[in-house]
Amino acid sequence: MRFVDEFRDADTAHALSAKITALCEPGRQYKLMEVCGGHTHTIYKHGLEDYLPEQITLVHGPGCPVCVIPMGRVDDAMALASEPDVIMTSFGDMMRVPGSHGSFFDAKAHGTDIRMVYSPLDSLKIARKNPDKRVVFMAIGFETTAPSTAMTVLRAAAEGLTNFSIFCNHVTIVPAIKAILDSPDLRLDGFLGPGHVSTVIGCRPYEFIARDYGKPVVVAGFEPLDILQSIYMLMLQLSEGRAEIENQYSRVVPWNGNTVALKAIGQTMELRPYFEWRGLGFISHSALKVREDYAAFDAERLFSVPGVRVADPKACQCGEVLKGVLKPWECKVFGTACTPETPIGTCMVSPEGACAAYYNYGRLTRQRVKEASGT
Amino acid sequence: MTADQGGGAGPAQAGWVAEALRVHEQEEQQHERRGSPQPLPGTVREELVLERIDRARRSRPRIKEDRITMSHGAGGKATQTLIEAMFLSEFSNPLLEPLEDAARLNVGGARLALTTDSFVVSPLFFPGGNIGDLAVNGTVNDLATSGATPLYLSAGFILEEGFEVAELGRIVASMKQAATAAAVQIVTGDTKVVERGKADGCYINTAGVGVIEHDLDLGVAYAQPGDAIIVSGPIGDHGVTIMLARGELDIEADVISDTAPLNGLVAGLLAATDGVRALRDATRGGVATILNEIAKSAGVGVLVNENDIPVRTEVRGACELLGIDPMYVACEGRLVAVTAPEAADQALAALRAHPLGERAAVIGHVTADPPGLVQLKTAFGGTRIVDLLVGDPLPRIC
Amino acid sequence: MCLGIPGEVIEFLPDQPDLARVDVSGVRRVINIGLLADDPPKPGEWVLIHVGFALSKIDEDEAASAMQFLEGIGQAYDDELAALAESRIE
Repeated sequence: MRFVDEFRDADTAHALSAKITALCEPGRQYKLMEVCGGHTHTIYKHGLEDYLPEQITLVHGPGCPVCVIPMGRVDDAMALASEPDVIMTSFGDMMRVPGSHGSFFDAKAHGTDIRMVYSPLDSLKIARKNPDKRVVFMAIGFETTAPSTAMTVLRAAAEGLTNFSIFCNHVTIVPAIKAILDSPDLRLDGFLGPGHVSTVIGCRPYEFIARDYGKPVVVAGFEPLDILQSIYMLMLQLSEGRAEIENQYSRVVPWNGNTVALKAIGQTMELRPYFEWRGLGFISHSALKVREDYAAFDAERLFSVPGVRVADPKACQCGEVLKGVLKPWECKVFGTACTPETPIGTCMVSPEGACAAYYNYGRLTRQRVKEASGT
Repeated sequence: MTADQGGGAGPAQAGWVAEALRVHEQEEQQHERRGSPQPLPGTVREELVLERIDRARRSRPRIKEDRITMSHGAGGKATQTLIEAMFLSEFSNPLLEPLEDAARLNVGGARLALTTDSFVVSPLFFPGGNIGDLAVNGTVNDLATSGATPLYLSAGFILEEGFEVAELGRIVASMKQAATAAAVQIVTGDTKVVERGKADGCYINTAGVGVIEHDLDLGVAYAQPGDAIIVSGPIGDHGVTIMLARGELDIEADVISDTAPLNGLVAGLLAATDGVRALRDATRGGVATILNEIAKSAGVGVLVNENDIPVRTEVRGACELLGIDPMYVACEGRLVAVTAPEAADQALAALRAHPLGERAAVIGHVTADPPGLVQLKTAFGGTRIVDLLVGDPLPRIC
Repeated sequence: MCLGIPGEVIEFLPDQPDLARVDVSGVRRVINIGLLADDPPKPGEWVLIHVGFALSKIDEDEAASAMQFLEGIGQAYDDELAALAESRIE
C-alpha cells in the first residue's frame, strides 16, 4: 500500500532507534507525550516501545475523543436514542461506551434502533431513506472530524432535510493540551503533536507550547516510522536545547491548516462556554455546539435531553490515565474488574484508549518480549 | 433542551460500577482462599498486575449481561463465555468438554464425528456463493478438521413468510452442487415457516456425520512447544466479501468469498504425514480466534509473524479503510494446521499440491511461554499480543 | 477515530462535483472532496481519507523527501554496520 508500506520498514526503524538512543544524555530520563489516541494505538499495535531505549518513556495523552466523553453525555445520547421514531447513528467506537445504564450496544439488545455508520454522510442517507423517522447522528471527535460533521449539516440544509440532526460532542485539542501543561503532576519534556487534527487547524495553534512553556512539539504521522522519526526530531531538539514546533507529517499537514474545513466549522458551530471532560473536569471553550442558524439540525434543541451530570465512578482512574499520570496497568481496576469485555471506563472501551491498547496489544512484560522475539 | 450544568445539585452515580467491583472483590477473595502462587521475590509492580490479570482471566466464566447481545454470536470472548457458562455447564459431559468443531463418538466399534451448525448470513447471496453452499461447506469442514471423512448431512430450513420460492430454489440447487463436490449426501431435513419479519428470508441449520478412519487423535489441546502453525491460504476473504455485499459501506472491490469444502485438502494432508496435531477451520472470529483457542486449550504460547500471514491486497485495503484487523475476519475455506516441527515441510508440500492450498504458509510456532497468550511479531519488528475480541466488527458473517 | 487512510483519486462523479471515487489498495469507494474545494484533487493525485471525506492532499514531494531522509538514515546505518564489521582496533 502506497504511503503506508514505505513507512513501515523495519531496517530503517533500527537505524532510527540507534540514532534516538545516541541522543540520550546518560543518566537522564525523558518523558514524551503522544497526545493523539491514534498514536497510542499505533505504538502498541506495532510494538514500537521495543525500539526505544529505557530512558525514554512515552506518556499517553487525552487525544481520544471517545475517552473524554463523560457518562452523563452518554446517558443523554441514550435518552435521545430512546425517543419514539428516532434512529440513532454512531461511529463504531461509541457503541460500547458505558453510561450509567449501559451502552448503545446494550440498548440495541433491548430493541432501540441504533445503527453503526462509517461516515456522517451514511447517516444522511438513512435520513433520506426513512422520511418518517428522525435520524440523529452522534457527532464525536476532535477538529479532525468536526469539518466532516459540518459539511454534512450544510448538505442537509442544502437538501432541505427536516428529519436529520446531530448531537454535538466535538471537542478541541488545544485546551486539553493546556490542561496537561498546567497540571502539577506532570513533567513532560516534549510532545508528539496530533497528526490529523493538524491537517485542519495547522501547526500554529501549538506555538504557545514552545513559546510559553518551553517544550518542543513535533507534529507526527501515524505510521511506525513517522512516530520514530518524530521522536528522533524531538530528541534532537532537546539535545540542542531548542523548543520549536516542527512538522514531521508534512506530506499531509499544511502549516496553515485547511481553510475550507475551518470555515465549514465556523459556519455551523461555535464554542461552548465550558464543557465537562471525563477525568479532566470542566474546561472552558473546549467544545463545539451547533449555531443558532442551524438550530433545525441541533438534537439538543429539537429534543429534551436530560443533561444530568454523572460522577465518574470512584474506582475509575480514567482521568489520571488520560492525563498521562498513570500508566494503564497502574489503575487499580485495570484488567480485573475493568476489561474490554466488562469496561468500567472509556479508556478500556475505545480502540484508541490507552488501556484498551495496552490490554489488547501490549500486555507483555519486557522480559517476555525479549524472550519471544529472541533479541 | 439541555441545561448546561455547572455541577449544581449533586451528580448522579453509576450504580452498576459499585456492583461490578463488589462481585470482583468476592472472586478475588475466593482466589485467595483457594491459595494462589506466591509472587516471585523482586517482582516489579507491572508484573504483579499482569499476574492478577491472568488469574482473573482464568476464573470461572460468568455471564454478566441479562440479555443476549450481538457479541454473543461473534465467536470471540462473549461467545466463549456463553458456551462455557451456559451450555457446557448445563449439558456437561466428557464428549462435549473438548469443545472441538465436532464431537468424536465411539458407536459399535466405529469412530464417528458429529457436528452441527446454523447459518444466518446476511445477505443470502454474495459474490462467490450463498447461504446454501456456505451451509454445506461449513458443515463438511467441521467434520474434515476433526479428521473425519464427511458422509451425511441434514438440512433444516427456517423460512420467512413471503420469501421468494425462486430464491429458495437457487439456494437448494447450490446445496446440491456443493454436496456433490464434497462427496456427501443430504439425507434428512426439516422445514418450518415463521411470520413475515422473522428469519430474515431464510435460516439453515445443519448436522453432519463422518467416519474417522485413522488412528490420529486431533485436537488443539495437543499442541506442543516447537510445533509449526500453518494456514492454508489468504485470510479474510469471506468476511470482507460479506461486508461489502451488504452495500452499506459503498465500497467496491474484487473480492469473493472463499467458501469451499476442505475434505479433499485435509485427506491429502493426513495422507502425506502423521505429524498433524490439530486442524481447525477459521470461520467467524478469524485466524486470531483459532490461535487463541490453541494457546488456551494446550496451555502454551503462540508466536506468529505478521510478514508470513497471507492476505490479499484488496482485503488488506478494505480492512485498512475500516480499521479492522484481517486476523479477526472470517474465512470459510481456510484451515489452520498445527504440526510437529519435523512434519511441517511435508505438510506444506501436501497443502500446496492441492488447488485450495496453493498459498499455504507457515505463519508461526507454538512456544512454551507465556502460556495462554498469542503474540505477533509485527511487520515492523515489534511485538504485540493478539487477544480475543469481545464482539465482532462484522456481525452475521456466516 | 484518528483513522486517516491514503487513497488515489480515480475519477469524479458526473453531476456531483463534491464527490470522487478513490482507490485504496484495489478497494474503491466514493468520498466527498468538498473540504478540498480551494484546490480540488485531480485523478492520479492522492488524498487522506477520514470518515468518508478527503481531509488533505498528500504532497508527493514532501512524501518523497520524507522517504529520502528515512532511506538516508537506513543507508547510513547500513554503512556504519558495514564499517563496524570491517574495522579492527587491535
